[in-house]
Amino acid sequence: MMVEGFADGDSLIHRLDPRVKIIVAALFSTIVAVSDRFRVLLPALVIGLILVMLSTVPVKKLFMRLVPVNGFIIFLWLFLPFTFDGEPLFAVGPLVATNEGVYHATRITLKSNAIVVVLIALVASTPVFALGHALHELRIPNKIVHLFFFTYRYIHVMYREYLRLVNAMKIRNFRPATNIHTYRTFAYLVGMLLVKSHERAKRVYNAMLCRGFRGRFYSLSRFSLKPIDVISFILMLTVILGLAVLEWTRITL
Amino acid sequence: MDKDNFIINLTDVSFAYPDGAPVLDKLNLQLRRGECLGLVGPNGSGKTTLLHIIVGLLKPSSGNIEIFGKTARREEDFQGVRQRVGLLFQDADDQLFHPTVLEDVAFGPLNLGKSRDEARAIAGETLEVLGLAGFEDRVTYKLSGGEKRLVSLATVLAMGPEVLLLDEPVAGLDEATEKRIIDILKDLDLSHILVSHNIDLLAETTHYIGYMIDGKISVDEERVPHTHVHVHEHGRHTHKHGPHRLDKKS
Repeated sequence: MMVEGFADGDSLIHRLDPRVKIIVAALFSTIVAVSDRFRVLLPALVIGLILVMLSTVPVKKLFMRLVPVNGFIIFLWLFLPFTFDGEPLFAVGPLVATNEGVYHATRITLKSNAIVVVLIALVASTPVFALGHALHELRIPNKIVHLFFFTYRYIHVMYREYLRLVNAMKIRNFRPATNIHTYRTFAYLVGMLLVKSHERAKRVYNAMLCRGFRGRFYSLSRFSLKPIDVISFILMLTVILGLAVLEWTRITL
Repeated sequence: MDKDNFIINLTDVSFAYPDGAPVLDKLNLQLRRGECLGLVGPNGSGKTTLLHIIVGLLKPSSGNIEIFGKTARREEDFQGVRQRVGLLFQDADDQLFHPTVLEDVAFGPLNLGKSRDEARAIAGETLEVLGLAGFEDRVTYKLSGGEKRLVSLATVLAMGPEVLLLDEPVAGLDEATEKRIIDILKDLDLSHILVSHNIDLLAETTHYIGYMIDGKISVDEERVPHTHVHVHEHGRHTHKHGPHRLDKKS
């Protein structure tokens, strides 16, 4: 299972304090998501690409991650240009594409790619447990942080259980088709996974009780801000602020 | 017999799962300090249930549980018990839920109110004792089966227990890891109850063996030395044999 594919590297971005990365990624994504002007969205994408380059993520892997995102966007390009009112641009049979529709699709493409690229650069470059501890340090409620940890820990176990069930199906010559037998089998598969994870959760909780768990989690790690963290933080905040200014003021460049 | 010597004393303990027949039926079990008891019995005979009852994860329908001379009945009683009685689960994936080994081993000590640094130190020492030095930052889900088992044992030992309850500690492990666990158990010299189908393991690490059947334990204190002479293919390689039934003496 591919998780944490980008966390192993060693670059300036990898060494940054995870708290800085989380805050920057969150602010950046928010500003970009609500922005509409191209003079904000284009620079945002460029900033994202610069960050990704700094994080030395292999281009091929980056591309692989962008494929699913842009898979959805292709559908937007199929529909949006034809469903927006506005200046007609071109026509395909009875369907008329509008300028506004094309602009809108372009905006969404730029936004989503900029956000995903920044998330890959900043968040995917952080090991999951560092992220969890950073969330904890940022005063995110304990319950959410632990939900995050447990999900990460047991997703592999569930995945292995899923593979075992799938193999059990395969060795008895199960071939999915479009029929009731297939649907029922898949329903059983999902049902079994649910039941198994419920059972697992009970056993894990019992194991925790055995080790004196009384509803409180303690964290071993401490983060310390280094000068480079502070400098990067201020720099990125300035850039994000710049984007916000470009979006919400009448200054024309 | 001096009653205070019992560290675990179960009298007439019965237990049934809500949907089925009784698992334990007026079961009696006494363990003195320094004693090591092996438990064998068919699948579903209640061995795991028994261990879970001792640490209060399951509550018996009737009977009395006395641990370290104190009757344990409510959840609060068992919270104290669990610190002194360490239970090693059958499946290490149930026991290891932290991302890294160090954090997982430190979880128990932190719950016992140790400071970060103390917990870190205890975890480090425990790993060292088990020959797992250098495992601190390993990711728990990426460990091999044998490593997982050893780390689970570390998480239990880090609590500083006085008694260990081991549920199939070597099931599914290769011989090298099995031997490592046997050596660790011998070196630790802690009282323990060990559930296993592996008679060689029980012979090496326990003083006497109880056979669980019909919801009760029948203890066979007398050890009958006997050798098995057998011939089969591949005999020149060291090998294990399947579980032996205690009631069928060969």
